Amino acid sequence: MTADIGIRTSPLAAWTDRLAALEPALTAVERPFLTQLTVRVSDPVAVAGMGGALGVAFPAHPCTSTRGRGPFGDVEVLWLGPDEFLVVAAPDSSVPVEDALRTALRPARGVVVDTSAQRTTVALSGPHARDVLAHGCAVDLHPSVAPTGTCVQTLLARTGIILRVADAGSGAFTVLVRSSFAEYLAAWLSDACVEYRAALS
Amino acid sequence: MQLIPCPWCGPREETEFHYGGQAHVAYPEDPSALTDQEWAQYVFFRDNPSGPFAERWSHSAGCRRWFNAVRDTRTHDLLSVHRIGEPVPDLGEKDEVVS
Ligand SMILES: [Zn+2]
Repeated sequence: MTADIGIRTSPLAAWTDRLAALEPALTAVERPFLTQLTVRVSDPVAVAGMGGALGVAFPAHPCTSTRGRGPFGDVEVLWLGPDEFLVVAAPDSSVPVEDALRTALRPARGVVVDTSAQRTTVALSGPHARDVLAHGCAVDLHPSVAPTGTCVQTLLARTGIILRVADAGSGAFTVLVRSSFAEYLAAWLSDACVEYRAALS
Repeated sequence: MQLIPCPWCGPREETEFHYGGQAHVAYPEDPSALTDQEWAQYVFFRDNPSGPFAERWSHSAGCRRWFNAVRDTRTHDLLSVHRIGEPVPDLGEKDEVVS
């Protein structure tokens, strides 16, 4: 038996219509198959070099992220720990980005691992995105304490997520969730949205 | 819900953390020289003070880093946190910390 590698199914492929039905209270769109590379490195010279290779400086402070455009297009670098980052790039760019990061890492010690399949990404926006998140996430997302670029690992409805504030002003967020938890999270979002959908209709 | 101040992420909900027991229990310098009783003492026996206690905690649902905290076992107040490798902070007026 051979695996059909020509067809990929994203974790929330079956949820496209049900997520679209949450409009206009919440705009929830899956961004499938993004390239995600876990980087473990503590050497500051290597960190600067890897940022240079991507055209995006790595975040210097805990619970923040950076974003920019470079030779690999739009790239985000998320802080996951004092020596751990997640590089997020366009789908199907893992090989060139991984090569560039590995080259920039040398001669320091560290690792670059392709973890693209581990998580899928859901972009949340709309008038009630912040309210819906507050139903299941205790992190304060008020713009005064969570400006654009804030990036935390936390629990949303008891599910481990990476939450990035994409635009604090308009209330837009990016949620990275493990593939096996994605459908549960989509179901939870639909349920948490009920009161806002009623209020708007 | 109690907030625990992760030394990297700041205050987060208690449910994001995992408890790791007493902190600063040094591994024996020469394990093979220990008697069975001394080995059992190292492996199984921990202090159980009423008052400030230096403990290990892990921010398991966040940055996944281990750190040390001083907690008052009578009130569940987190008196201070410090990163791995840092000494137990001097709590001044407070009771002597068991560690
Ligand atoms: Zn933390």
